[in-house]
Amino acid sequence: MTEDFNSPGYDIPPEMEGQVAITTLDKVYNWSRRNSIWPMMFGLACCGIEMICAATSRFDFSRFGMEVMRPSPRQSDLMIVSGTVTKKMIPQIVRLYNQMPEPKYVLAMGACASGGGPFKEGYSVVDGVDKFIPVDVYVPGCPPTPQALLHGLITLQKKIDIQSIKNVRWYSKDPVEAIPIPVLGPDLMDPREYELIKDYTAEKQVEEEEVPVAEEA
Amino acid sequence: MSEEVLVEQKTELEERFPEISRDERKGYAGFIVPAEKLVEFATGLRDEFGYDFLSSVTGVDYLPEEKLEVVYHAYKTTGGSELVYKVQVPRDNPVVPSLTPVFPGANLQEREAWDLVGIRFDGHPNLKRVLTWEGFEGHPLQKDWQEPFYEEDGKPFKSRWPGGDVIRSEDNNPFNKNVDYPEGFDPALWEPVGESAVYAGVGRLDHAVSETALSTDQIVVNLGPQHPSTHGVFRMVVRLEGETVVDLEPVMGYLHRNHEKIGERNTFLMNIPFTDRLDYFNSMSNNFGYVLAVEKLMGTKPPERAEYLRVMMAELTRIVNHLAAIGFLLNDLGAFFTPLLYAFEERELILDIFEAVSGSRMMCNYYRFAGMARDLPDGVFEQVKSLVLDRLPAKIDDLDTFLTNNEIIRARSIGVGVLTAEDAIAHSAVGPVLRASGVPYDVRRADPYGIYNRFEFDVAVRYHGDIYDRYLIRLDEIRQSIRILEQVIRDIPEGPIQEGKPQYQVRVPAGEAYGRVEGPKGELGFYVVSNGKPNPWRYHVRAPSFINLTALGVMGKNYKIADVVSILGSIDIVLGETDR
Amino acid sequence: MTDFYGKGLLKGLGITFKHFMNTYLEDIRWLSRGKRRYFTEEGIENRKSIEARGIFTVQYPDEKLPVPEEFRFIPFLIYEVNGDGEKQDRCTSCGICAKVCPPQCIWIERTNDPDTGRPVPEPKEFYIDVDICMNCGLCAEFCPFDAIKMDHDYEISVYDRLEKNIYNKERLSRPVEYYASIRPTNYNREEAARAEAEAKKAARKAARKTEE
Repeated sequence: MTEDFNSPGYDIPPEMEGQVAITTLDKVYNWSRRNSIWPMMFGLACCGIEMICAATSRFDFSRFGMEVMRPSPRQSDLMIVSGTVTKKMIPQIVRLYNQMPEPKYVLAMGACASGGGPFKEGYSVVDGVDKFIPVDVYVPGCPPTPQALLHGLITLQKKIDIQSIKNVRWYSKDPVEAIPIPVLGPDLMDPREYELIKDYTAEKQVEEEEVPVAEEA
Repeated sequence: MSEEVLVEQKTELEERFPEISRDERKGYAGFIVPAEKLVEFATGLRDEFGYDFLSSVTGVDYLPEEKLEVVYHAYKTTGGSELVYKVQVPRDNPVVPSLTPVFPGANLQEREAWDLVGIRFDGHPNLKRVLTWEGFEGHPLQKDWQEPFYEEDGKPFKSRWPGGDVIRSEDNNPFNKNVDYPEGFDPALWEPVGESAVYAGVGRLDHAVSETALSTDQIVVNLGPQHPSTHGVFRMVVRLEGETVVDLEPVMGYLHRNHEKIGERNTFLMNIPFTDRLDYFNSMSNNFGYVLAVEKLMGTKPPERAEYLRVMMAELTRIVNHLAAIGFLLNDLGAFFTPLLYAFEERELILDIFEAVSGSRMMCNYYRFAGMARDLPDGVFEQVKSLVLDRLPAKIDDLDTFLTNNEIIRARSIGVGVLTAEDAIAHSAVGPVLRASGVPYDVRRADPYGIYNRFEFDVAVRYHGDIYDRYLIRLDEIRQSIRILEQVIRDIPEGPIQEGKPQYQVRVPAGEAYGRVEGPKGELGFYVVSNGKPNPWRYHVRAPSFINLTALGVMGKNYKIADVVSILGSIDIVLGETDR
Repeated sequence: MTDFYGKGLLKGLGITFKHFMNTYLEDIRWLSRGKRRYFTEEGIENRKSIEARGIFTVQYPDEKLPVPEEFRFIPFLIYEVNGDGEKQDRCTSCGICAKVCPPQCIWIERTNDPDTGRPVPEPKEFYIDVDICMNCGLCAEFCPFDAIKMDHDYEISVYDRLEKNIYNKERLSRPVEYYASIRPTNYNREEAARAEAEAKKAARKAARKTEE
């Protein structure tokens, strides 16, 4: 770890070599965050079991400082969306995401969470959790093995490594807007799309009405 | 049961109920009961003929005949094969009398049939949607209902080959999402109904908990779907008096993945990997049940070695499941993670075998019609042998010493969550839940499938029906599974593992079949209707976790809220199977 | 001293203590034999086998659990390099994999000969949507030309799925040597079967010639 820490660009006098480390604030900041990502204890489906396996003896992600799985979103940094996201579940997921404090990350584990997976064609499945919340890392597989999940977590750590305290989202002046929570109507509705839905259904109705007229003519 | 006895019984039934008629469609069996006689028939069947266990209730949409059909599968808890009866109602007014007052176990299943197929059950105490949400548009399993990403009625889709230009389905959708809305729908005028409907079920006030208790206001508490102890995305709504549960209602559907609708679009073979994802702990026994149902329709049987392999995998998966179940139950009891870690170590070793054999740890996709996907690779048989004979028995004993006499576990689980034998049968509870209540009913013994009649094993049974017995029975069953595995290892023959050539397009004659296995969680049934086409007409899963939850209300009442969590753990549900 | 309150608890704690001690006893045993238990193939093999006692962890990414030959993740396409150094796809775009795929995640575009307009046995494009694929392995199982197989590579996490997660033919193609290296038993069996079929064909040809 120490090699990573010493930032190049500064000459350390030979007599002090090995005794001091010069680094940037970013590096310290990222190093401490990357090694203490607390995931939310939040299993959705099959992938959730592989996530639990990644926490158990054989794979043991506490080696990455992630053993503290928190059931409360208020205490977690990472949401592992592990499994199929259904329309009935997405309002809760968005609410949980909104409740997580910054800095927060989302890892879409498995095909279902990334893009609907094998169940994509179904009527009550959300085709990718990224349609509602921003996703940082996608781990393909159905389900990804625990090692594939660990690889995804390492990929996330790499993403954290290159972030800079100067331009991260959570220190910017503008407040981070909460994501509006989807609503379960006749189908899943995004509150931002109400106008679009109205236009679309009205158009559909007009089309339906026009068809028999055309046939009569 | 021999054929003659069955025929004799059928004539007896016809004499007793002259209104019923035999189902004479080709490939079908059982009786058709007029809707108005249903309750009388079902009650008579239970009280006079001994068919006391109503296992499965489901709906089928026969669109060409303009009919909806409700299919009931009844059994005797003393053993034997099933009795099927059906009620047919016109499609424009599908009303069937509810059996819930007679068989409480029909409760959730009737709600599911209303939700997905659109059959109204007259007299049902709480008929609302269960897997989708209140306010959802349409009944998805009706044959003329189309999902937003609809492409064709059956797979394979023509757009994939030969001119297959890749496209994401959402790119064709105006919202770039998997959604569709009814015509003329205006969100601004729409009023939400979903959440209030959820709480309506526990709205009944009932003050007769305990006469000595302080009179307090009752409150409704919501547990889940995001809760660490609900084993996934399960939700319970409980009404509390102080800390005591007065009423409890399970709310599910948070992992409803349209298994059955997708299953009807799929070809028969394509459904095998989808069954893996039902109960994702036990893909092997899910495969087994589905393959049995289709083999019944096709009239084929696997070769000898494949039969042994099937039993071997099914029993290994039972061990996997029970280990995990015990681990999670202990988590719920507060022994946070240590027992689970020990259980998962052994689980990993069995998963290694699954991975070596089938290629995947959890989604095995290993059974095929009339055979298996591949034979055991080199060295795996020895691995199984040494694991089962040398390591597992000692490790199970370790787990036993570790947990069984622990004072805290005993204090928290003995006498808690009691389910009597009568209640268990009435609520159609199956598997370890039923057997822990003193009913020695195991499909492997009661109605043997595969080659289970060759093996010597005891049906584990315990008599108190509390959490502790449900924990003990899982240990017993692991030991029995090891016993079966020893016999498999001793007897397994060499030989082919597939009858005929493996085919990706199987011919399945028209008809219906119900294949059931004793899954680790209980009776897992697959009801498959074929009309001779490459895709099943109806594909229904009788999910043990789903139906066992019917009894959760009975088990949880009058115990403390903290106990409800461990009662749920002792049922051992898996949400993939509950919600499908 | 028959039964006292806490006996069960103490016995249970004994088990955890045994578990804890086993790790160190095992370490000492390995040390005394002069072998390294961690970060060596032998050590991993031991910790994943039924002889595993004490510590059970395989420290990914420094140690990697070996995957069995049948392990399946995302499919890949096999190409062979012919005598002229050109890549030759084994795939003939017959479409069986696309037909058998349960979630229908395979798209194949067939090539037509520009002159005759008849299909050529090589796909023009071949796509797999990794966000739909369920790793079931049916495509590999039913491919009559052994052209599509399941990969062992599971380290494929990405930051952006829209750009990266639809694999095209180029991304999917792997040389036959790669296949032989990850699945030697299967490869040898298939090659033997092919050689046998060729021999039979040649024998039949020869027989026909002698008849003539």
